[in-house]
Amino acid sequence: MEHLDYQDGNALAGPLSEIFTFDVTVAQGTCAGCGRRGALAELRVYGPEPGLVARCPGCEEVVLTFVRGPKDAWLDLRGSVSLRIPITE
Amino acid sequence: MGIISRAFQGRPRDHDEKLPPGQYLVHDFPVLSAGPTPRVPLDRWEFAIDTPEGEVHRWSWEEFQALPQETPTVDLHCVTKWSKFGTEWKGVSLDVLMEDVESAAEYALAYSHGGYTTNLPLEDLLDGKAWIVYEFDGEELAPAHGGPARLLVPHLYLWKSAKWVKGIRLLNEDWPGFWETAGYHNYGDPWREQRYQGD
Repeated sequence: MEHLDYQDGNALAGPLSEIFTFDVTVAQGTCAGCGRRGALAELRVYGPEPGLVARCPGCEEVVLTFVRGPKDAWLDLRGSVSLRIPITE
Repeated sequence: MGIISRAFQGRPRDHDEKLPPGQYLVHDFPVLSAGPTPRVPLDRWEFAIDTPEGEVHRWSWEEFQALPQETPTVDLHCVTKWSKFGTEWKGVSLDVLMEDVESAAEYALAYSHGGYTTNLPLEDLLDGKAWIVYEFDGEELAPAHGGPARLLVPHLYLWKSAKWVKGIRLLNEDWPGFWETAGYHNYGDPWREQRYQGD
C-alpha cells in the first residue's frame, strides 16, 4: 500500500480551534470544484508546513488553506461554496 | 575579551554569514507538500513560456535537453526556517529559455502540474538567477522534490522554486500565486525575512 502523504480533515480541528468556537470538522462543506458535500473531517489535509492545505477527496481541488504566522493567521476558503454549521441550542 | 572564545561557538563563522536571519542549517532535504505528488511521463512533458503579446514558446523533453546546460551549486532557504548549503543541480538557465522571447512584461507566474502557482518579478528569473533543473546531486530529480523538472530561484524562499513546473506565464501585472494569496509574502527575500504578508 502506498504511503499516504496526507491526513484526514480531523487534522484541522486543533489549528482551527484557535479561530472558531465550534468544531469545524463536523461542519458540512460544499466543494467549489465538483460540488461534493461532506464533513470537513473527510477532507485530505497536507502540511502542516508551510501551511495546512485541505483538498476535496472527490476532485483533489483545494477547499481551504490555513497559514499560521507569529502575529496573524490566514484562512483562505477559496474552494468552498458554503459551510453548514450545526448549532446546538 | 569575551568569556567564550569563537572556537567554542560550534559553527564556523562563514556558515553564520551564509545563513539568513531566523534560519537553521539542515543536512537532509525535507519534503513539504501542498497536495498529491504529480507523476509526469517524459514523453508527455512540455515546458512553455507565454507572453501577454500572444507569443508561446514550447520545448519537449528532447528539445529541452538539447539546450546549453548549467550545473549551479546553490544554497536553499525554506520559509519554514531550514536552509541547506551547497546543493548541486543540473538544468537550463532561464536566460537561455528567454533568449528568443520578446515581451514588455515585467512579471512572471510559474505554474505546475497539480495546479501550484507562484509569482515573481521577471527580472528575478534573469541574469543567472534562475534555472529549470532536472538533476539533483548527480541523480535525476525525484518526483518528491519536483521531478522531472522544477524551477530553481535560490535567492528567494524555496516556495518560489515551483516543483513540477510546466510553464511560465509573463504578465503585465503582478498575479499572486498559491502561497502568496494564502498569507505568505509576495516577494519572499530570505535576507529581509519576508515570510508573511506585511513582513
